[in-house]
Amino acid sequence: MVVGAAVALVLLVTIAVIVGPYRIPPADLIAFLVAKLTGVASPLSASAEAVILQIRLPRIFAAMAIGAALAASGAAYQSLFRNPLVSPDILGVSSGAALGAVIGIFLSLPIIAIEATSFCGGLLAVLTVYGIAAAIPGRDAVLVLVLAGVVIGALFGAGVGLLKFLADPYNQLPAITFWLLGSLAATNPADLTSLLPAVAIGLVPLGLLRWRIDVMTLGDEEATALGVSTRVLRIIVIAAATLMTSAAVAASGIIGWVGLVVPHLTRLIVGPSFTRLMPVSVLFGACYLLAVDTVARTLGTVELPLGVLTAALGTPVFLWLLAFSRRPAWS
Amino acid sequence: MVVSVPCLSVEDLSYGYPGHAVGHHVDFTVAAGEVLCVLGRNGEGKSTLFKTILGLLPPLAGAVRVDGEPISSWNSRRRALTFGYVPQSGAGAFPFTVREIVLMGRTAHRGAFTAPSAADREAAAMAINTLGIEHLAEREWARVSGGERQLALVARALAQEPRILVLDEPTASLDFGNQLRVLEAVRGLAETRALSVLLSTHHPEQAFACADKVAVLAGGELVRLGTPAEVITAETLHACYSVDVAVLPVADGRYRVCVPRLYLP
Repeated sequence: MVVGAAVALVLLVTIAVIVGPYRIPPADLIAFLVAKLTGVASPLSASAEAVILQIRLPRIFAAMAIGAALAASGAAYQSLFRNPLVSPDILGVSSGAALGAVIGIFLSLPIIAIEATSFCGGLLAVLTVYGIAAAIPGRDAVLVLVLAGVVIGALFGAGVGLLKFLADPYNQLPAITFWLLGSLAATNPADLTSLLPAVAIGLVPLGLLRWRIDVMTLGDEEATALGVSTRVLRIIVIAAATLMTSAAVAASGIIGWVGLVVPHLTRLIVGPSFTRLMPVSVLFGACYLLAVDTVARTLGTVELPLGVLTAALGTPVFLWLLAFSRRPAWS
Repeated sequence: MVVSVPCLSVEDLSYGYPGHAVGHHVDFTVAAGEVLCVLGRNGEGKSTLFKTILGLLPPLAGAVRVDGEPISSWNSRRRALTFGYVPQSGAGAFPFTVREIVLMGRTAHRGAFTAPSAADREAAAMAINTLGIEHLAEREWARVSGGERQLALVARALAQEPRILVLDEPTASLDFGNQLRVLEAVRGLAETRALSVLLSTHHPEQAFACADKVAVLAGGELVRLGTPAEVITAETLHACYSVDVAVLPVADGRYRVCVPRLYLP
């Protein structure tokens, strides 16, 4: 499974380098790789090299990193909140991160600062949602969690609306609007220097704590009784997942559904254990978003917003899961 | 003469939630190899008492000691190496196999980043064998019956290699055969491994089958404590459950049954 997904990823990367308005013939790509590996002068034109190195590859790496980050954080939230249908979107993290990032854009901050405000917004959202769910005991905990996520998401969405209303209509407003739709069109190599470390910093603790995260799916009391420091673990997992979601949102806007659908489908294939769920989700997420982004930029003469495509694909899959899941998903 | 220190001692324990005490001044001890059965009507706070002993809830007053040492400062890992907890089982959110769930019992035996070792897997397999549920090991948690899950949770607690086993209504919602299987397993573990066992039940008769001591909770206090024969009497059951029953010896007095008065001549 892992090998298959890895092979698919390599194939997708190859295709993604080749296709586009400036077509790179496969023979040229191979010549380019051989030249780079052996250190001889590249036979490609300077413009072809610029397309590969400055435009295609940064975008490909960004798509893979964002897909991996959203899928891994979705898997982590699902395990932690003990529900296979929660995701960064449903918990309000994406909206919070979006509001944080829009504040950053509104204040014309540099990208690293936008990532920081985005992280603060995402963290504020998930902590508010979690606090509400904890403060309303006795009801169906997951239902409260999801409803609180929807409500807080709407509130943060209203904040985004307010900033759009206040934004300069000639420069900031189009930037905010286009960015919110979810797009990697403007990705440049500099974006990667803040995106990739943030994703790596989020993935490492989740990977290290994978066995403990499995125990957390039993619920707080049982996990504590089995020797897990649930409070510390929960803080670490939420921080790591929120950091990855926020970095993804800061780099590309809101790209919905990846964090819900990818880990859910992965779990159906490899089972619920985080030791398999996380790495395979990361691979699937990277494959999925790279494939969707490649389609988004080659399908029509105008590039389609990525968030629009993932929503169009994710909605029917979500409804299918809701209707045909083997177990009642909300139990 | 050797003065034996009881493995588990509960001293003047008050438990419940902040601003809402459920029980007061509970005192009892459980020695190694001894089974204590807690009786009490619904809502009497048996689960709350157990969770307080396990450290899942902070005590409102009093202390829990293990070998005479107060455990209030113990972290969850140290507690998990001492106490095995068998909660009432739910179906769980995710389709883990029975073996994976039992293996989670080994959590406290290794570091936070460490994968289960061969020894951990061996301990889980042994626990599964001990409970006789090898045939369930690779099945999905949500797809085995409630009784089978209960046996698996006992196996998980056993894989934990604790000294004290705490079982919250382990026979609730089980069929007749599984009730007996769970009680026999618990009794056997107390004897062969010198475990101290604390369990709650709604069936007074079960105390005759498995317990050395019985504690009765009523009105937020421990009202009776003694051997099953001493405690489980018509008077106690009437006071506790407001029912009229007779407790009759059977099998030459080696077992007793509770019969509603209605059916007696």
